Amino acid sequence: MNNTSQNTNPKENNCTWKRFVAWVNGEEALTLPKHCISEKVEKSEKSKVRKNWEETAELRQKIYRILSIVICLSIIVMLLITVKELPPFGSSTNPASNEVVERYIESGLEETGAVNIVAGMILDYRAFDTFGESAVLFLAVMCVVILMRRDSNNISAEEDQEIAEDEEFEKEDSNIILKQIAAFIVPLIFLFGIYVILNGHLSPGGGFSGGAIVGAGLILYSIAFGHEKVRTFFTFRTFTKISVSCLLTYCAAKGYSFFTGANHLHSIIPKGTPGNILSSGLILPLNICVGMIVACTMYGFYALFTKGDI
Amino acid sequence: MTQLIINHYEAAAVILFGIGFMNLLLQNNLIKKFIGLNIMDTAVYLFLAAKGYITGRIAPIVVDGILDVEHYINPVPSGLVLTGIVVSVSVTAFSLALVQRLYKSYGTLDMDKIMSMARKEEEE
Repeated sequence: MNNTSQNTNPKENNCTWKRFVAWVNGEEALTLPKHCISEKVEKSEKSKVRKNWEETAELRQKIYRILSIVICLSIIVMLLITVKELPPFGSSTNPASNEVVERYIESGLEETGAVNIVAGMILDYRAFDTFGESAVLFLAVMCVVILMRRDSNNISAEEDQEIAEDEEFEKEDSNIILKQIAAFIVPLIFLFGIYVILNGHLSPGGGFSGGAIVGAGLILYSIAFGHEKVRTFFTFRTFTKISVSCLLTYCAAKGYSFFTGANHLHSIIPKGTPGNILSSGLILPLNICVGMIVACTMYGFYALFTKGDI
Repeated sequence: MTQLIINHYEAAAVILFGIGFMNLLLQNNLIKKFIGLNIMDTAVYLFLAAKGYITGRIAPIVVDGILDVEHYINPVPSGLVLTGIVVSVSVTAFSLALVQRLYKSYGTLDMDKIMSMARKEEEE
């Protein structure tokens, strides 16, 4: 949109950067000094082009719609032709089940100690992939914090007042049925979530699903009893502390295990008997780390989108 | 055609993908655009899950001590779907936050209106 941004002129580069910073901070980018805005030369020509642009808007819209329908239909047809050539559904000669799968299934139990082969795969053989996923979640929640958090940069006095009024209204509005049911059901949800996390290496589940359940429990608690009640034990500080320490623990633990494994050194982590709750080496602590990150992230998204603060 | 009926999960995934992509291109409302993106994600999960399934075999959880490839389905697509879900949640949250900021400064979710307003601002 800003055609000056491609210039290599340092002054203009600086302007672009300033506008970007102002935009991130939620200020109007156009309140900057005049010389920072794109130069006004060729203004008449520009407006002429713009007029032309507006006149042809309807036509362009039509062409765009027809083209996009054609593209979508051709993509569907092409992919359907590909699907026709794929190996039949459910066949055991499917090329996707190759020697990698054989290795995972035949020696997964012995090498990782996890009864649940998928858990052994994602938290042992492919643990850095899961670390990347947790990092992506953390990054996403940090971006949402930048964009949505209620602070001096992001909010005007008017909106502040509106939110305060909303909160006042919420306090008066005591929904007795929701509160009673939530008081009964929230502990059960937490219990179930913790069960799913702790049994990640023994049964279907694990850090991601269990963390999502715990996060849902936190959200229900916040809806029923109010945001302030959650804030007594879960503030922004605890949120960042839990997320960062879990990520660092994950990184250090898995780094150690990969280092010893790749160099054929003796690892101090015991494998345990498969099937016990305290078995399968690092998978249980890693599941707990991932579960905590996911629970924090889920609640964080909810709180940031509704209240603008954790 | 019979092949398509045998592969009906994959065919459904492909059609869903197309529907999502069409939504992404044709909707003017930004939130509906992201719903389209999520439909595309779901289609990819369906496709991966269908590719991992093998008839007559069970989920890869060793309960009775059988360590034979012939007994379990393919565990790799499950891991891939997990990655996909996490990334799609993150992308959706981030884009919805951006959409909310756009709504705050322009007062509309219509893509064309936002673009024309931005162009006007640019000129002034």
